[in-house]
Amino acid sequence: MSNRLKLITSGFIKNNPTFVLLLGMCPTLATTTSAINGMSMGLATLFVLVLSNMAISALAPYVPDKVHIPVYIVVIATFVTLLQFIMQAYTPAMYETLGLFIPLIVVNCIVLGRAEAFASKNGVLDSACDGLGVGLGFTCSLTVLGLVREILGSGSIFGWNFIGGHDGMLAFVLAPGAFICLGYLMVLFNKIANKNK
Amino acid sequence: MAVQSNLNNMALVLTLTCLFCSAILGGAYALTKDPIDKAAEAKTAKAIGAVLPEFDATSYETVSVDGKDFNYYLAKKGSETVGYAVESSTSGFGGPLSLIVGITADGVVYNTSVLSHSETPGLGAKCTTDEKFTSQWKGLNPSEKILKVKQDNGDIDAITASTITSRAYTLAVQNALSVVSVITGANPDATTGATTSKEETSNE
Repeated sequence: MSNRLKLITSGFIKNNPTFVLLLGMCPTLATTTSAINGMSMGLATLFVLVLSNMAISALAPYVPDKVHIPVYIVVIATFVTLLQFIMQAYTPAMYETLGLFIPLIVVNCIVLGRAEAFASKNGVLDSACDGLGVGLGFTCSLTVLGLVREILGSGSIFGWNFIGGHDGMLAFVLAPGAFICLGYLMVLFNKIANKNK
Repeated sequence: MAVQSNLNNMALVLTLTCLFCSAILGGAYALTKDPIDKAAEAKTAKAIGAVLPEFDATSYETVSVDGKDFNYYLAKKGSETVGYAVESSTSGFGGPLSLIVGITADGVVYNTSVLSHSETPGLGAKCTTDEKFTSQWKGLNPSEKILKVKQDNGDIDAITASTITSRAYTLAVQNALSVVSVITGANPDATTGATTSKEETSNE
């Protein structure tokens, strides 16, 4: 049991996808214009990650080695499309904001990376825990990055504006700000993580 | 770790996986089709409701203006025409900017609403939220104002640092007005006005 807990927590720090593994940079930079967008993208990836990890660890023993990548991608794409249908039906506003980046989860290196590195060699439950850990790590990183960019760029927190009608520092909502924030957060994260070693 | 690969089991596994996945997706599509359609319908209904005064029924129609097809909703209360909600799309800064423009039967803009856009967050994307910008369309009478942004010697206040988006927005409203004037067959001046400004914008 404690082993599984370790699997979950390692996704936050040791295997943190955004600040340590530097995976999934495309949705990280593009969707974190606000905290809520970052969080939604993280949760969408978490959903796909847990389910695809479970399915792949169950399938892995029966898949011939030479076709394992195509099979994994078909499985992942199925879950992403499922998610797309569900979001479109029940959270249309969110679907519109994230729109383009939902189908891109298929080729998100985090999902395929965990499938290759972990799920294909471990049991279903362990893989689910790994997916949950890495997914939560990704969600938190994206939320923090979104929060910092939102505070600096539009002067609000989760959509609640605290500087009145003024404009924030727009650069942080745009692409350059994404790189700057990500860089500084990465430094900060690694400094803290190294201290705790 | 895995099974030894040969042609037969590779083909078999891939076929089975794909068949199984497409079956699941087919089922999911059938299950979510209704809610998806309903969500889209509710969105359009809400948009029409926001841009036109009270009405009982709408009908969806298409009209061709200058060789381009425009879709609009004809809103009626009883037998009287309340107004027209025209779907009008132009190119903004980041991609197509799609508006629904509500115009009452007497040719005055009642309100406008953005259906979809891909403008820069924090800049052009303010066209959906900036009170100062959006409120100036309410009750705008095209015969009293010049439908161009101030930078182009018109009467429309542009969003700060988002002139291109504001221009696109203004052009979309203008096109919607000329569509309505074609539908009602009135005010030929508005039509020519819209055509001229269309040319100007494309030259920029």
